[in-house]
Amino acid sequence: MKNLICICCPKGCHLTVDENNDFAVTGNTCKRGETYGKQEVKDPQRIVTSTVAVSGSTYVRCPVKTDKTISKGLMFEAMKSLNHIVIPAPVKLGQIIVQNVCNTGANFIATREIK
Amino acid sequence: MSGSAENTYDLIVVGAGPAGLAAAVEAWNKGLKKILIIERAKEAGGILVQCIHNGFGLHYFKEELTGPEYAGRFIEMAKKTGIEIKLDTMVLDVTPDRKVHMINTKDGYQILEGKSIILAMGCRERTRGAIGIPGTRPAGVYTAGTAQRLLNIEGYMPGKRVLILGSGDIGLIMARRLTLEGAKVLACVELLPFSGGLTRNIVQCLHDFDIPLYLSHTITEIKGDRRVTGAVVMKLDEHRKPVPGTEMEFDCDTILLSVGLIPENELTKKAGIKMDMRTKGAIVYEDRETSLPGVFACGNAVHVHDLVDFVTEEGQLAGAGAAAYVQGTENTDSKVIELENGNDVGYTVPQHIRPGKMGDMTGVYFRVRSVHKEPCFISIKSGSTEIARLKRDHMAPGEMERINLTKDQLKNITEKITISIEAGDAK
Repeated sequence: MKNLICICCPKGCHLTVDENNDFAVTGNTCKRGETYGKQEVKDPQRIVTSTVAVSGSTYVRCPVKTDKTISKGLMFEAMKSLNHIVIPAPVKLGQIIVQNVCNTGANFIATREIK
Repeated sequence: MSGSAENTYDLIVVGAGPAGLAAAVEAWNKGLKKILIIERAKEAGGILVQCIHNGFGLHYFKEELTGPEYAGRFIEMAKKTGIEIKLDTMVLDVTPDRKVHMINTKDGYQILEGKSIILAMGCRERTRGAIGIPGTRPAGVYTAGTAQRLLNIEGYMPGKRVLILGSGDIGLIMARRLTLEGAKVLACVELLPFSGGLTRNIVQCLHDFDIPLYLSHTITEIKGDRRVTGAVVMKLDEHRKPVPGTEMEFDCDTILLSVGLIPENELTKKAGIKMDMRTKGAIVYEDRETSLPGVFACGNAVHVHDLVDFVTEEGQLAGAGAAAYVQGTENTDSKVIELENGNDVGYTVPQHIRPGKMGDMTGVYFRVRSVHKEPCFISIKSGSTEIARLKRDHMAPGEMERINLTKDQLKNITEKITISIEAGDAK
């Protein structure tokens, strides 16, 4: 049994998810809570956002995000893939910074333009 | 210098954050063509530029964007118009006759005139001085937003072992951000018995990283001579007095403060605009016009929002209001209905509604004062008439509420309107 708080709306239902019973969700007050509870216990997913170093600009950092969610357990591993990157300016919005982060199929992309 | 056509704009907007950008773009779309935005930073976008996390725009764009992406969309919209933006420029004064005094290193001191003005200065963080934490004054105590800027824009790590005071959203976001960057966030400490942050931030920024949240606790001492070396946290009783014997010592080198935001209104006050003690922003009408005709205000300068989507919405209201004012297309029906906060309601924005000037519907934002976990009702009354009664399953001070009033509902209303929270009927 896992206890978690639903984040689908501000109400914050306290969910209980039973891994031994096909991830049955209790404590939810709507359908979205059930979907969230199951996913969150089976394989929680997160978008990771961070920054990378920039050269050749007055800006020193460029913000980035994964272009889709990755497993929560891979967040720190994904962060490591950004550590030694220095991206030369100009940077385009949506430009791929790291391809296929930790073999997840997600890419780190720039979330702003840098001139 | 002023008064000439060249120095007169249809609209001057103070601040190029989300509120100011949305206001200017909306005014342009409504037909104003000579618009100037003045921004003190070196680029447009306001605080969103440093908010690199995602979660912005779910209401407005129906997708999850990061702060820079959300800002970028409005900067692009503004670029496609003829709106001028003066960056790196500080507004010093806005006068009641709508002259804007400003200064920068290129043009020096300049006075420009606006046929209308929109104040969109945003808000600033409360600091250690505002909450009076005892102890020495070492380096390493930052507001959460300052730490966010250092890390995300300047590329500096503010510290290695971090304690966060206050559970506002910026503090929670920084707990995750610092953890991902390799710092150890020891705890988040909240004075109140509940968090002021969004539930998703409590879960994804604290629970995800096993960072404890101590409710009804506060920092009673900061230790350290040159740099923070530790802090004492104590539990509080129901009168918010520290309970002896509950001392916990944290071995930290950094303390972040996420203890509230205050609308930035030096210009508003100097202009003699009527202020609301509850919101610490200007008192506004439904179109965000202030007590000074032709001067509007929107965004966090009016009241602190939780979501940028509603800041955008408010900017658009002010932009449309300014356009109608300049074009003289406003309805002159002078009826004004005052809005008053009743039981458990902290404030309302707008504070006044002019039914003649509103569209078919006008939104009213407000915050409750306490957490409601059981279903309850929002009662909207005028005198003995209940205009509307809306059920809510859950309400909390950290989540701004929004209700709509229609023109029809206000048709026969002559007295002030009171918004109050009433307990749900027992099942």
